[in-house]
Amino acid sequence: METYYKPMDLPKFAEIREGAPELGKKFFEYYTAVFAEGELTQREKSLIALAVAHAVQCPYCIDAYTQDCLEKGSNVSEMTEAIHVATAIRGGASLVHGVQMRNVAEKISL
Amino acid sequence: MASRCAMWLRKYLYSKKTMSSMQTAKSQGSNLYQIPGLESFKMNLANHGLGLTRGTCTTLQINVGLLCNQSCKHCHLDAGPTRMEIMSEKTVNDLIDLAHRFTFETIDITGGAPEMNPHIQTLVTGLAPLTNTLILRSNLTAIAEKKQEVLLGLIAGNRVTVVASLPSLNEKQADAQRGKNSFATSIAMLKKLNALGYGLQDSGLELNLVCNPTGAFLPSSQEQVEKRFRLLLQNKWSISFNNLYTFANVPLGRFRDWLERTGNLYDYVDKLASSFNPCTLDGLMCRSLLSVSWDGFLFDCDFNQSLRLYMGNRKTYISDLEALPGSDSSIAVSEHCYTCTAGSGFT
Repeated sequence: METYYKPMDLPKFAEIREGAPELGKKFFEYYTAVFAEGELTQREKSLIALAVAHAVQCPYCIDAYTQDCLEKGSNVSEMTEAIHVATAIRGGASLVHGVQMRNVAEKISL
Repeated sequence: MASRCAMWLRKYLYSKKTMSSMQTAKSQGSNLYQIPGLESFKMNLANHGLGLTRGTCTTLQINVGLLCNQSCKHCHLDAGPTRMEIMSEKTVNDLIDLAHRFTFETIDITGGAPEMNPHIQTLVTGLAPLTNTLILRSNLTAIAEKKQEVLLGLIAGNRVTVVASLPSLNEKQADAQRGKNSFATSIAMLKKLNALGYGLQDSGLELNLVCNPTGAFLPSSQEQVEKRFRLLLQNKWSISFNNLYTFANVPLGRFRDWLERTGNLYDYVDKLASSFNPCTLDGLMCRSLLSVSWDGFLFDCDFNQSLRLYMGNRKTYISDLEALPGSDSSIAVSEHCYTCTAGSGFT
């Protein structure tokens, strides 16, 4: 069945440079630098990427960073916990807006 | 070579981190995996203007048999408890004779589980005086059996280096690869080896770990895995070791069967081939290795044993070897060789 998301499109990501080579070059250099070992290990960065991939619900990123997390030595329990962190923040971001709801409700209620 | 390596490095980092469209060179020729379009390893080398030939032969690797107490899912030799192929006493003696006739800086004993060969003690005591470094590869569970106490004392007494498999610090992952309770037994055995002095600074008893991925993916950088294992093994279990090596799983034997059964073969082999790095060729172990099978025949590496790809394309028994293979002599290759040339290389 035709879908917008196709696994074979994942390796084509780099072709995005063709439309704007200079911007593409800068983006990919930045991308590579971000994921290099720094104060955080590459394994930790990959777990963060996996969690963010779920928060932004990017199928390409979920595919790529599931494999990358495993390659960097993470296990499914750690990866699941990382996704729960994203889920908690996403859910919490909704719930914390309840404060606004309460403020408004309080202001206009008897 | 330097500029070619720099060019590859840019391509490799780019493909790893940006999911580039870099694809494996494709051809219509047949290949070991019958994957349409996969370039043969030999043709791939030719396309890069490269050849793979031997350097100085410094290491003798001996596979004493396919009998093993485990049936690891990543095993390239399909070793296990029902395999009957083990090295005979005659071949053991012929090997010791070989080690007398030629000089090897390192002699590396592998299997199967080498501990299960009934002649292992003869082999260890016969070879230890003939080389600088004698290595025993252990899955850490075969040697944990009570009857192996004598062997443990023997290897420590002969300063044999232990190279032990530990794929993951996660019990579920490790057991999924190597069988139930293998992780707990391995941790207990590592503690016991530490108690004997193995892996401790200045003890002269070297304990190295080997870490294979627990699935159809490549290993992380050796340096980073070693750092993490050192920290966690020490913090959680007070275990020390000397070095850690990461190896990619070779799509042969039981691992190939698993890849095929689970529909992972194409993607895994493509990943290996796409990660081909010409800079790895110089350091490949097959360039300096003489590999001997359980029945005493010569190969360029243990992986070639799985395919019965004989050294020099000739079936040669150890006693018939008149000279070590010379520099620039050919090495038997096939598409499984993409494993050792992927990324930063696994040798």
